[in-house]
Amino acid sequence: MRRGITATALVAALALAATACGSDEKTEGSKSSGELSGTVTWWDTSTVGSEDKVFKKLAEGFTKKHPKVDVKYVNVPFGEAQNKFKNAAQAGGGAPDVIRSEVAWTPEFADLGYLAPLDGTAALKDESDFLKQAAASTKYKDKTYAVPQVIDSMGIFYNKKIFKDAGVEVPASIDDVKTVSKTIKDKTGKTGLYLRGDDAYWFLSFLYGEGGDLVNASDKTVTVDKPEGVKAFKVVKDLVDSGAAKTDATDGWENMQSSFKDGKVAMMINGPWAVADTLAGNEFKDKTNLGIAPVPAGSAGQGAPQGGHNLAVYAGSKNLDASYAFVEYMTSVETQAQTAGELNLLPTRTSAYAKQQAVDSEIVGFFKPVVETAVERPWIPETGSLFAPLVTEYTKVLTDQTTPEKAASATGDSYRKLLKGWK
Amino acid sequence: MAVHTSQSVAKAAGDDVARGRSRGTGNPPPPSRLRRALSVHWYAWTMVAPVVLVIGVIIGYPLVRGIWLSLTDANERNVARSIGVNEMPATYEFVGVDNYVDALTGTQFLGTLGWTLVWTVSCVAITFSLGMGLANMLNRRFAGRSAYRMALILPWAIPGFVSVFAWRFLYNEDRGLLNKILGGAGIDGIPWLNDPTWAKFSVIAVNVWLGIPFMMVALLGGLQSIPAEQYEAAEMDGATAWQRFRHITLPGLRPVSTTVILLSTIWTFNMFPVIFLLTRGGPGEATQILVTQAYKFSFEISPRDFAQSSTWGVLILVLLMLFAVVYRRVLRTQGDNW
Repeated sequence: MRRGITATALVAALALAATACGSDEKTEGSKSSGELSGTVTWWDTSTVGSEDKVFKKLAEGFTKKHPKVDVKYVNVPFGEAQNKFKNAAQAGGGAPDVIRSEVAWTPEFADLGYLAPLDGTAALKDESDFLKQAAASTKYKDKTYAVPQVIDSMGIFYNKKIFKDAGVEVPASIDDVKTVSKTIKDKTGKTGLYLRGDDAYWFLSFLYGEGGDLVNASDKTVTVDKPEGVKAFKVVKDLVDSGAAKTDATDGWENMQSSFKDGKVAMMINGPWAVADTLAGNEFKDKTNLGIAPVPAGSAGQGAPQGGHNLAVYAGSKNLDASYAFVEYMTSVETQAQTAGELNLLPTRTSAYAKQQAVDSEIVGFFKPVVETAVERPWIPETGSLFAPLVTEYTKVLTDQTTPEKAASATGDSYRKLLKGWK
Repeated sequence: MAVHTSQSVAKAAGDDVARGRSRGTGNPPPPSRLRRALSVHWYAWTMVAPVVLVIGVIIGYPLVRGIWLSLTDANERNVARSIGVNEMPATYEFVGVDNYVDALTGTQFLGTLGWTLVWTVSCVAITFSLGMGLANMLNRRFAGRSAYRMALILPWAIPGFVSVFAWRFLYNEDRGLLNKILGGAGIDGIPWLNDPTWAKFSVIAVNVWLGIPFMMVALLGGLQSIPAEQYEAAEMDGATAWQRFRHITLPGLRPVSTTVILLSTIWTFNMFPVIFLLTRGGPGEATQILVTQAYKFSFEISPRDFAQSSTWGVLILVLLMLFAVVYRRVLRTQGDNW
């Protein structure tokens, strides 16, 4: 019997190896007739169930302009896309032609040589139209490796009905969050805040709020283990320990969205990418029930991170010309205006904000000034690597496995290993 | 074991050849052992060659490459890649046993190893005892026996990742069935996967649930091969049920149980899917076992650290080989010959 298993395993392994080698489709984009053709595979990382429908529709609309191009839309979960793309890109097979690359991933992919430079290609049109902040992450060593698709930041999402029932105002500071949560718990029995505990991005607004930062690129120092960083860890731990916030070490996104959408928690910290999904929830059948306010201020003031996504072209793409055109199409003013209207996502082009759909969206209107004052991360190749060590320590703090001091210093140590020669 | 038989056969064949040869002087010197072995067993070697070749390609090459990588400082940034217009040569260097020194002197490897051992021992012990209990219960005639057997084999029939995901839903702190049941009984929900200790308990529980069928089926087979006369004789001599179990069942099961314990230990030690899919090694690194941590080095952190990952992989292999050798030694001194 065991021998049978081994034999089967061997056969299976061989078959797998064979299919892996055979899945390299040759899609040659012919330009002889001046018309684009071939296949463009796009890995999208947008929120499944809300954003992805719109992006899929938009992506497939590309074939109306270029009937000979076949667009393959693939949605890869955001949490896995970075590693999945790196694995595929390095192996040289199975990587997409175009990837929706988070702002911090872009310099890393570029540094690893996985992206095609876009300067002087059809992908970049009216470069001056892009917001400076959005364009910053697409540059690496004086070349442009991606085109900004959306820009975002974070705010507090709150359930107006629960706030009214409890008779509380929107919290402006962390201390307010605690008092508001206590009142909500006493009056309605619900938890105040859902704090996402399995993704370090949700930690940033607390870190910036205490005046801290992960690293300082200008003088090459690691700053996460400075007193401000320790304080930030203390703040999040205190929120959870005091019962003001609840958290999870796994499935954070699903748990956060479902508990907020079902009215089990009154607040969460989130960004424009969550709006469409949130509005689909039971509590928000009446869309006006969703309130959005700036993130609560820490002891040093307010600090929301600036994030977003770019579209980048894989350097090993067999169909570069069609991919450039596709990126241009997906980041055009019309497309951005449409996503602003349907999904409340913030455009990266100045002229898209003047479009009616963007003007009509209250959420876009709310986030625009937030983005303008948001804290930028340094766009160095290692920026995309800073979250892995941080999330481990962040979760450990929230689940009482380590102290804020130890977490901060452990994160700092990992960063120094990563950033050779930084202090 | 194959090794023993092949040696004795070769020896026997060698004796044969030696006896059959005339010892006249002036003859060419006797051919070397290798040539003799080849001339006698050429047919066997040809039959085995394709298998050796396939295993060499599928297991041998990655193994050698893994060992080589563990002696370098290879990571995502310095291996050779050629992607479209971007050509990058390999720039990683040979660093000797530095990676091994780092692993064995650092806290991470030893800490992870500690939990891995706890996880392996507790999983194997619990599955073995429960499997043994169930096998004994099912080893008698009663109505609906085959239905019970089918039901108990079910966890084995479901693809691993499907059942692990099902468990993940059950464990969910807010919306999971387990906490709903507890809530119905007026007990506070348990943070199954959000508290380090509970998470450890939870992953062990799932692995036990997945592992029982194999144990049960194997032991049931063993039980059915124990002659009934022994039990009858023991009963005639007035042995109690416990004595019968202790002195007939356990020794009778020995060949089966030693094998399943060895297999189960190796499988559990490297049980990637349960840990990876249930907790991703979290919360923090609380449930990370050696295999999942090695995967994390190679596929999850950036820059992906191939050298460290290979080092851990080689260390896992060494540990398991040591275990298998020691285990067989112990058994052999106890009079088992396998």
